[in-house]
Order: sequence, then C-alpha cells, then structure tokens
Amino acid sequence: MYQGSIRELHQQLVNKERSAVEITNEALAQIEKVEPKIHAFLAVTADLALETAQKVDDKIAAGEEIGLLEGIPIGIKDNMCTKGIKTTCASNILANFVPPYESTVTQKLKDASAVMVGKTNLDEFAMGSSTENSAFQVTANPWDISRVPGGSSGGSAAAVAAGECVVALGSDTGGSIRQPASLCGVVGMKPTYGLVSRFGLVAFGSSLDQIGPFARSVEDAAILLNAIAGYDSADATSLKVEIPDYTKFLKPDFKSTGGLKVGIITETFGEGLDASVTKAVRKAIAQLEALGAEVKEISCPRFRYGLPAYYIIAPSEASANLARYDAVKYGMRQEAENLVDMYTSTRATGFGKEVKRRIMLGTYALSAGYYDAYYLKAQKVRTLIKQDFEQAFAEVDVLVCPTSPSTAFKAGDKTTDPLSMYLLDLMTIPINLAGLPGISIPCGFDEQGLPIGLQLIGNVLREDILFHAAYAYEQATEWHKQQPSLS
Amino acid sequence: MIDREQVKKVAHLARLDITTEEEEQFTTQLNSILGYFEQLSELDTADVPPTTRAIELSNITRSDTLKPFPDKEALVQAAPEQEGDYFRVPKILTSDEG
Repeated sequence: MYQGSIRELHQQLVNKERSAVEITNEALAQIEKVEPKIHAFLAVTADLALETAQKVDDKIAAGEEIGLLEGIPIGIKDNMCTKGIKTTCASNILANFVPPYESTVTQKLKDASAVMVGKTNLDEFAMGSSTENSAFQVTANPWDISRVPGGSSGGSAAAVAAGECVVALGSDTGGSIRQPASLCGVVGMKPTYGLVSRFGLVAFGSSLDQIGPFARSVEDAAILLNAIAGYDSADATSLKVEIPDYTKFLKPDFKSTGGLKVGIITETFGEGLDASVTKAVRKAIAQLEALGAEVKEISCPRFRYGLPAYYIIAPSEASANLARYDAVKYGMRQEAENLVDMYTSTRATGFGKEVKRRIMLGTYALSAGYYDAYYLKAQKVRTLIKQDFEQAFAEVDVLVCPTSPSTAFKAGDKTTDPLSMYLLDLMTIPINLAGLPGISIPCGFDEQGLPIGLQLIGNVLREDILFHAAYAYEQATEWHKQQPSLS
Repeated sequence: MIDREQVKKVAHLARLDITTEEEEQFTTQLNSILGYFEQLSELDTADVPPTTRAIELSNITRSDTLKPFPDKEALVQAAPEQEGDYFRVPKILTSDEG
C-alpha cells in the first residue's frame, strides 16, 4: 500500500491479489505506526473505512465491475463537512461540531466508494502556511519531523507523503494545497476557481477558495480530480462546463502533442529565493525544454503585488464569513448575561490567535473610512494581476516558477512574526487572485534532503495542459519515487 | 496606521473580546502588516475597475423551489441550547449596546 498508485491497487483488487479490507488495514497500520511522529490526522475513521472496504470486496466477490477509486484509502482535510463525523476546522469553536449534512466532494467520493481513513489536520480555518495554527496538534514534515509540513493543508500533504493514505483532499485559498505539497514532496493541485463544488467546505475567502487533490503521482491527482470536478447547483460559483477525463492528457512528451510553450515568470527568480530552489527549478525548466517545450521568459510586473492584495482581500472575506460563529446555531458557546457578551466571549475563547488577527485585519480593512484605501485598492490591483496573466497566456501555454521560495522550515521559526509567515505565499497567491489552475510537483531536494516543488500555472480551465506538462516532467524524472525514511 | 484605541474599536466591531496583552500585540502586528500594504500605492489604479471574483459569471439563477432539509431535528440539536423548535439565546436587550 505504501508505494502503490491508484491504478496498481485497482489492478490488484480486480485480480483478487489483495482485498480492499487488506489495503485499508495496511493504511490503518501505517497510520498507527507513524502518527505518533507525524500527527497528520485529527480523527481516524477506522470502522467506517473497513465497512466501506468490505462493501467493495462484496462487489468484487459478486463479479461486479469496480471503479478506479473503489477501495482506495483517502484523507480528507477537516474543513470539509462529513455527515455524522466531527468537522472541526482545527478550531476550538467547532471542536464538537458534527455536521448534519455531507459536502458535495465527500459525497462524490462516497459514491465512488473511496475509503475515507480520516480527517486531516490544518491551520485553524485554513489560515496559515505551516499547520502550526491548529488548535489541536502540530503536524510534522515526514522528511524531517522537526520541520513543518507547510499549510494550511499540512495534514493532507504529510499523510500522503508518509503513506498513511494514497491520496487526499485539501483546500487552497492562497497556496494551501500547493505549498504543503511542495514542502512534503508530493503532487498538489488547485483547479480553476469554480471547477470543484465548495458546498460543505467551511468558507474562508469565498472569492478564492477551491478544493483540490494531493497525490504521490500526477496520474493519481488526475484520477481524483475526475471524481470531484463538476457543476453543482448548491454552489453558486460552480462552473457549468464539460469535465473531460483528465487522465487522457497524461502524455510523456510534447513533440507528439503539437509542442508546449512554457513561460518562466521572470519576477519570481529574485531575492529571497533559496539557492537550492533556484537551481532545482532552473534544472526542471531545462528538462521541460529537453522534452520538446519551447521556453521563454515572461514578465508579470504586478505579480509581487499579489501578496499585499491577498492579505487585504482574504482577511476581509474571512471576517465576514466568520461572523457566522455566533454561538447560536452550532459550535461552542461561552455563557454570558446578554447576547453581545456571549458573542464576544465565545469568539475570544473559541478562535486562535491567527484567526483573530485576520478577523481584526479584515474588519479594519472593510470599516468606514478605510474601505477605499484597502479593500477597493486591493480589488483593483487584483485586476492588474489578472491582466498580467492574460497577456502571458496570449504568448505561452503554461507558466512556471517555484512553488515556495524556501524548503520546509523548523517548527516555531516563524510563529512570532506573522508577516514573515505571510511572505511564504508569494508564489502561490497570484494564481488564486486570478482564479487560475496551478499544480506543484516534486522537482528535487536541497542539501538537507528536503523536497523542492515546481509550480506550473495554466490558463482558466486548462487543467488539460497542466496535467500534460506535469506528467511529462514527472515521467522523465525520479523525484516522485523518493520517499521519506520516517526514521 | 492603527493605534490602540482603533484596535479596541475594531475588536468591538468584530465582536471579539480582547485582552490588554492582545490589544498591544495586535497594534504592533497590524501596524507592521498595514505598513507592508503601503507598497500597493506604487500602482496607479485610478482607471482600473475592481475584480470582485476570480472568474466572471453572469447572474446565476435557478427556480425557487422549496427543498425542506430532511433532518430538522439534527439542525436544532446542533445548537448549544434549544427550546422545542427554537434556538435559545441569552437576553438580547441590554442597556449597553455600545
């Protein structure tokens, strides 16, 4: 199980070499073995997993055909509602929240008989870049347990890297899938805004949030996206588009597919980038060229303004979204004499530091007298960033840059200075602002043996090109086959 | 730039009870973050329209059909305190609505 891809495991199930229950038990055994070090899961749903696996085995025994995801162990970030199973967002305010309904993505995975093994850790309400903001536990990076896995979907990234599940779901508002994927040496993809339904995903920054897959290979990511993408009337931002079979685009080179034009975002190779990251990403670009891609430099002069714009827009939207935690309908309550005191004391005890900070920042940016200077200004800058991308995609098919300016850092290193943590999202944020799809794939290691990620960015709804480019690169390299020793 | 009085006011608007220590911390941290935002003024945005969503969608409409949630009881039970079919809250009207 630890090394298996979805297709390999599927073939073993079909050939009756292993049963789904055996595969699930192996995943649960791996969880039991490594969790004392990794702490990727907030909850392990062993009974439910074995029950689902048994149903898959019954189907196989009855001679029925099974789908690719049937019997495949999967982790779900704990900000997606699972009916009857606690969904905490790694927050005290939702510590005992049991959703009375199922999110669309997890319903789709249930329908596909994927085996959910547990709910994964995250930065509280997905706010953070290290998973250290979880109210419950700190997740370790499987490549070096003294380091962070990235965030906010650090639990999902670490669980996939440590072989605790085959694939996982994360959510990405400013890089929360791609950055932890990069730091944990796995594949992580943020699809086009609106491609995957967010019904049942706890809202953070509604104009930015998107759900996407984590996997140990590009093919597995494509298979998982196949299962979760598609229109949903329950999400007003859901796109009514035809969903292709993404595995069709997994071709090993660009010569047979009419070539590929790759643009290197010049501005991303400036100061603040680790030398090892620069080297690995440059080498990866040379590899794309060797595969038949035509490579050129592309300037996105407003790219770097994405970070300040984002840290106005996302907290503003968050401050509005998190107003719903009022201790009335669900979640924790601090008793008080009157309603306002109940609100303020519940929110004071229920939210962690970073969440409060962002609520404060957003409330300030939206408040009378400051709206034009901050929120409106940021939205206008967002337009300029989109324009840079539009111009770039008039010339090239895909853009490349590092996913993260540095490799995994030590736990505790950046917790006292919030701004230094925000700066880590420099490379991933502009993609969310423009609604574009982006993928991070392993492209090397630094001198300390920590993974480095290559980010590929596509135009709106061009997941096909992203998968093609990512797959061709992956097949020509061995990075994705490396695994942490977990010693 | 933001001072301690404003931090207190914003906390009240956000319905957050903050300690004196947090007041101090937030003032320093928010100032450092707001200072970082100042670079946005390097960009001339006078004639630039704002982007409110990542992907432009025209109005999304659907027929307004009633779909009752199948498990009303579960919704009511999820509340910290309930009375019959209602959510129960402490006294709303007070002399201090500040």
